[in-house]
Amino acid sequence: MFDIIVLGGGPAGLSAAYSAWKAGAEKILIIERDKELGGILNQCVHNGFGLHYFKEELTGPEYAQRFIEMLKSTNVEVKLDTMVLDVSENKVVSAVNSVDGFMTLEAKAIILAMGCRERTRGAIAIPGDRPAGVYTAGSAQKYLNIDGYMVGKRVLILGSGDIGLIMARRMTLEGAKVLACVEVMPYSGGLNRNIVQCLNDFDIPLYLSHTIVDIQGKERVEKVIVAKVDESRRPINGTEMEFDCDTVLLSVGLIPENELTRGAGIEMDGRTNGAVVFENMETSLEGVFACGNVVHVHDLVDYVTAESARAGEAAAEYVKSGEKNAEIVTVKNGEGVTYTVPQKIRRTDNKFTEVFFRVNRVMADSKINVVSNGEVIATFKREHMAPGEMEKIIIPKKILDSASAEITIETKCEG
Amino acid sequence: MKEMICIVCPKGCHLKVDENNDYSVTGNACPRGAEYGKNELKNPMRMVTSTVKIEGALLRRCPVKTSVAIPKGKMFEVVQALNSVTVKSPIKCGDVIIKNVAGCEADIISAKSM
Repeated sequence: MFDIIVLGGGPAGLSAAYSAWKAGAEKILIIERDKELGGILNQCVHNGFGLHYFKEELTGPEYAQRFIEMLKSTNVEVKLDTMVLDVSENKVVSAVNSVDGFMTLEAKAIILAMGCRERTRGAIAIPGDRPAGVYTAGSAQKYLNIDGYMVGKRVLILGSGDIGLIMARRMTLEGAKVLACVEVMPYSGGLNRNIVQCLNDFDIPLYLSHTIVDIQGKERVEKVIVAKVDESRRPINGTEMEFDCDTVLLSVGLIPENELTRGAGIEMDGRTNGAVVFENMETSLEGVFACGNVVHVHDLVDYVTAESARAGEAAAEYVKSGEKNAEIVTVKNGEGVTYTVPQKIRRTDNKFTEVFFRVNRVMADSKINVVSNGEVIATFKREHMAPGEMEKIIIPKKILDSASAEITIETKCEG
Repeated sequence: MKEMICIVCPKGCHLKVDENNDYSVTGNACPRGAEYGKNELKNPMRMVTSTVKIEGALLRRCPVKTSVAIPKGKMFEVVQALNSVTVKSPIKCGDVIIKNVAGCEADIISAKSM
């Protein structure tokens, strides 16, 4: 019987396991399906990680290595190359690998840290032929940075998420010609610094409010047709542009990978595509916690680390003293708010509660209101908010104490 | 007059930098923006990250980076200098792989122990 089993050895799982150990849990196991720890950080060879957590700028592999080294000073066990098949309601994990074969492992607490995967061409239904040469940006990144293969020579990128922007620079530096980055929304989904350093530095044009209307090619991609879209994101006739290219990279969003979560019958949030969680990252199933991109997709790995540390501490606390029973405050999404994490807050002794959320459009000079019973009980000012940047408010205990059993987070845009 | 987006913080101020007037910056909301705008025109620097071939390790590529930022114009030269390099496992995170790459005051160092 393990104290805690952590599913996934990426940044979330590493941080959760380390924090659980520091908080006093003893028998901890990380199960990872890849051959090494670190998850997607291993293929993110660019820098920009760790500015918040380590106060220095690291590459992905360096960030992972810091945690792998930290784990060496603990007794946390690791099973690599191991696939988890099922998590049951009574916290039995079924897994398989080529050394142990099929195994069932019991735990007092489980931390779900499986991360997310990329949306594919099928998920966004791009019309056209089905030739070779259409990749998600992350798989192209793995081919290039882990295996050493270039996936193409003339590249068009659909979507302006950070992975797409990073790959625009990476492919260019390795000798490919990146013709353009095409984004259906009127704003970029990536960080400003990536637009500047990955597109502008290499004179790669960014077409906002544009999308791919046709992919042509028999064996391999030969041509891609791009058109401008109207306000309801419908292509406008007569605005088509042709690009002669052999490769299309898709950077069109990430989906939390929750097959195991659903299999365990855990309550899900249709907005985040992750589990509904309490303020301590516990799911609707007692003793099962979730953290990182499996809960909601984060902008920065530093935030994943911080969130996962909270999950790890909470799991250790659960192993020690069991479930906390307290009144629950439900958090609702108001005007301009796409989702919040947590979705539920227990009235505990915590001095404050952090609530993370995303807004649904770019906003200048805005207010974030916490509303209870139709009354604003707290207000936070922001100069700038955008869907691509996760927002956070800190609700003090005093405010939460004054709230009813349901609060709404809403935005008021004044600019 | 050059226009650019400041990348110091997520706000993304639209800066205007006047090369003919001692690189004076307008459109910035804070002093850090003024400094960014000036440096970005006078002497833009970038970190470069890439991979080199590795033998004897679990995987075939070893991630590497420049030890400090290098002049932006030297980026391609630096990446090209990596094409002919093969390292052998074991290698430690931080090991110097190329000293003073492409004549820059920067080394190429390993970003992973393999």
